[in-house]
This record gives sequence, structure tokens and C-alpha cells, in this order.
Amino acid sequence: MGKTIAEKIFDLHRVDTPAEGVEVLRIDTVFCHEITTPPAILDLIARGKDRVFDSHRIKAVIDHVSPAKDSKTALQGKVLRDWARRHQIKDFFDIGRNGVCHALFPEKGFVRPGNTIIMGDSHTCTHGAFGAFAAGVGTTDLEVGILKGVCSFHSPETIKINLTGDRGKGVYAKDVILAILGKIGTNGATGRVIEFTGAVIDAFTMEERMTVCNMAVEAGATSGICAPDMTTVTYLWPFIAEEFSSKEEALAAYRAFTADPDAEYAETVDLDVSSLEPLTTTGFKPDMVVPARELSGTKIDQVYIGSCTNGRIEDLRVVAQVIQGREVHPEVRAIVSPATPGVYGQALKEGLLEIFQSAGFCIMNPTCGACLGMSGGVLAEGETCASTTNRNFNGRMGKGGIIHLMSPATAAASAVTGHITTADAL
Amino acid sequence: MKEFNGPVLFLDRSDINTDEIIPARYLTEITREALKPHLFEDLDLPGFRPEKDIPGKKVIISRENFGCGSSREHAPWALEVNGLYTVLAPGFARIFRQNMFNCGLLAVDLSEEDCREIFQRFAGTEANCTIHFDSSTLEITSLENRLSLTFSLSKFERDLIQAGGWVDFADSRYEH
Repeated sequence: MGKTIAEKIFDLHRVDTPAEGVEVLRIDTVFCHEITTPPAILDLIARGKDRVFDSHRIKAVIDHVSPAKDSKTALQGKVLRDWARRHQIKDFFDIGRNGVCHALFPEKGFVRPGNTIIMGDSHTCTHGAFGAFAAGVGTTDLEVGILKGVCSFHSPETIKINLTGDRGKGVYAKDVILAILGKIGTNGATGRVIEFTGAVIDAFTMEERMTVCNMAVEAGATSGICAPDMTTVTYLWPFIAEEFSSKEEALAAYRAFTADPDAEYAETVDLDVSSLEPLTTTGFKPDMVVPARELSGTKIDQVYIGSCTNGRIEDLRVVAQVIQGREVHPEVRAIVSPATPGVYGQALKEGLLEIFQSAGFCIMNPTCGACLGMSGGVLAEGETCASTTNRNFNGRMGKGGIIHLMSPATAAASAVTGHITTADAL
Repeated sequence: MKEFNGPVLFLDRSDINTDEIIPARYLTEITREALKPHLFEDLDLPGFRPEKDIPGKKVIISRENFGCGSSREHAPWALEVNGLYTVLAPGFARIFRQNMFNCGLLAVDLSEEDCREIFQRFAGTEANCTIHFDSSTLEITSLENRLSLTFSLSKFERDLIQAGGWVDFADSRYEH
């Protein structure tokens, strides 16, 4: 019987089977941020076990509230910072060098095909774009990961989502994943892995694959995964050039993390993207998806461009293209947060920041802030935000606030008109 | 092992997410106790009043996909500091479910049929839930009603409950 990508990764990392259907895996890399890690650190200290399994395999960043907004968030940063120094965690990213974890860590070359990765953050599934098994976990799993380098999972069932057809103009990776959510629902992949396959994925850049894998958890998936290919190798090449004599050799090695033709899937979902149009969400669940044009009368108070879903350079280029020569509507607060210093620097170099600034955008530093209503763009009760983030839960961006999820292109067009607008309608 | 029995809080909606259980604005709290007054603060459910409905309850019975969304373990912690050690639902989000057992708390899967029957017979009444951990049975009772059900937990989940959570379990079993 053939194997899925997740099954192959599990086979290479299994250290224990404590019960039928439960597998304890060796974790290649543990990612940490300042919200969910400090309670793990404090508990380890309280237990007299303030140790790390391998300081080179732990990467940490302060990203959720940066700069600190008050004494409490300052303390969270301090607990993480002191711990990183105490244990000589070299890859620790503090203000000025920090960015949204799921954008920063791939950019730093910390993810490889076949890796197992955990983090106390549900959007860790993003890193599956590289052919890794990457899962969000709670603080206790994180704590054991830090201490022992292991984590327990149920044996992975996989759903294959096969994406075919030609994307129309103005339809982006975000529209594709929203369409998938609309089709399978927020409970459609609970406890399972999603393998994204098909010509659409093959043609996607790594940034686009990350956008798709990022929202796999919105369907309940443990990890989204894309098989590694030459696009993966080319993205990783600056980090792996010393390991392999050629890109072809790297690709041959990474092919080990491709599903077998006779792999067994719990379910296969086919989606032809040809008929897709720009989408958005309504209500308080990310699977309540509608064509953006159907909500074109919806007035907005804020536009937010950023996050681990859509804060990368390609996203910013699209926004700049839409708003160039136009202005943010006088009744809209438009915020853009490039997801990493690398993205910020590149946007600066390409003149994108100038376009944002002259159009009337507020350009923020890289942070998760507004996406979960912690800082930098919290909504007042009854306000509406057109957002490139990943969750439209009730109160997520501030109590009583309403979020419509959409692509950077649609968010940018909405910033110009003051109501939900697709870019082609400008 | 904790005391898993007691009065039931019925939350009649599917997909109750972790932002509704404990909003992100409280994730800056360092102590678990500080989460206590904010449990379900953003849960918009007709007739539900957290300050009146939560005190004294020990068990939550809810609908499909309970705990979806964020990985925050603050969600089970917010339940725990309010004395809610058990959640019964026809399915949980993976991370939330694992977080419950990792903390030594109980997440019990109901069949959709049993869930429907429970809501039909007990919602809106003062109901009590008793978990018989060893025989994998549970009982829901009210003044006029009594319902017995079986449930299943994996050996691993039982081990975690008995060990008091994953840290102690892993510590006794893995190197480093």
C-alpha cells in the first residue's frame, strides 16, 4: 500500500506508539512566540526543568504584540527574551528584526521538506507549503516539545484537495482557499491532513502555497501540505546550496516526500478554479463565503493588509498595483503591515511603501497585532474591516467588530471606494 | 484525577471557537486565574448570560466542532479556573481536544444522535452529569429525566487523565 506525504514523514520521525492510533514523533524544529511560550517557560521553571532539548532546533520571535503595548505584553516579551538568552537560542528575533512568525521563519530558511514542526500557534500549518508536517499545538505540547523534542499525534488521515483549471484574472490564492473553505466547511478536515495537489498548486509560487496552507486549519486540518517540487527547491536554494551539488539533486532528495500514486486518502475533493471570482466572507465563520460583488454595498471603516496569510511581498505588490494613482477613501482607515523586515525592505526598495504612503495608508511595522485584536488596528463596536487575515470570528479584531476576509486585491480596491469592491470594478 | 461530575452548562450552538471561549485581548494575562471572569465573554448566544449561567457548573454540553480556531491553551485554562473540567460534544477541534487531555481535563465525544436527545430532554432544565470513568458510562439526570450513555476514550487519553497531563506522562517516558 502506498503512502501519503504525512505518512512518510511520520514513518521517519516515530519514536513511540503509546496507544493504538497514537504516534509520538521526534520534532525537527520547535517555533516559539511570546504569547503561548511564556506559560510553558514558567511551568518548566516551576517544575525545576528549565532546559531545552536542542537550542539550535528552537526558533523564537516576538511578533504578536510588537512593540509591547503595555506592562503585561512587555513582561511576555521579557520572559521569552530572557529565556532565549539563557539557553543561547541563536535564532531569536526581537524588535527591528522580528516579523510574523509564519512569514519570517520560511524567509529565514528554517523549513525543509520532510520536517516535523510544532508551534503554539494554530497557523503553523502554513509551513506545510514546503512539504513539511507542521502543526499548531497548545502550550503543554509546546512545553514538552521544548523539553523533550517530541509531540503526540493521531495517525494521520489525509484529504486530497485537487485544484484544476485556469484562474481568471483577479482571482488569487486567497480566493482559492476561501472557495475550498466554502466547499468543505470549518469542520471539513478536522484532525486530518490536507494535501493540496493539481495544476493550480504546481503553478503557485511558494508565497501562494503558504497562503493556501495557512488557512488549512480553518477547515480543522492538522497540517496543510504541498509536495515539494522545483519551486520549493528554488525558494530554498540560498539555504541548501551547500548541501546539494545541484537543484536537480536537491529535488531528487526531496521527492521522498511526495505521495505514492497508490496512497490511500480518506477523501478526495476536486475543485475547478476556472469559474471562481473574487470572494469574501460574511458572518462569523471563515466558511461563510460569498462572491465579493454580492457584498458591494457593504460600507467599511478599516482595511487591514498583512498577517501570516497575506502580508508577503507578492501581496504588497498587488495592493500597490491596485492603489497606484488612487487614494484611500476619506472615511476609511487603511493599514498595511509588511509581514517581515525582509518584506518591508523589499517593498521600500521597489517603491511600494511610497505608493501606500501617498495613497493615505498607515504603514505599520511587522506584527500580528490587528488580526487577533491585540494591537495596532482594533475595531470599535459595530465597525467593519475588509481584511486580508484568516479569521472572521465574532470579536476577533475587537469586541463587536465585523471582519470580511478577502484577497489583498479586493481589500485594496475596497480601501479606495469605502465599500467592498473587487479590483476590476474600480 | 479531577472531579468530572456536576451541574451542566448547555451551549446550544456548533463551532464555538476559542476566541469565543476566551478572547485574544486576555492572552496577555500571566496567571490562569486572571482569565476567570472573561470566559465566554464574546459568546453571542440567545439567552446566555455568562455571569449568571457559569457559576456552579462543572460540565459543558455543546454541539459539533467545539473549540475550533486558535491553539490557545488559555481556552481549557479558562474552563478549568471556572471549575469546568468536562466538555461533551459531537466532535472537537483537534488542538482543543488535545489541550484538554494534556491538562488532565476531559473531552468526551457524543454521537450526534445522543447529543440531539440530550438537548431535547435536558436543555433549559437543571441537569447533572456523572461520569463513570472506569466503566466508560455517563449519566445525565434532571428532576424528571435520566439518560445513560456509553462513551469511549483511547488508552492514551486515559493515561493522560491518570497522569494528570502530558508533561508528567512524557517526563516519565522520554529522554532529555
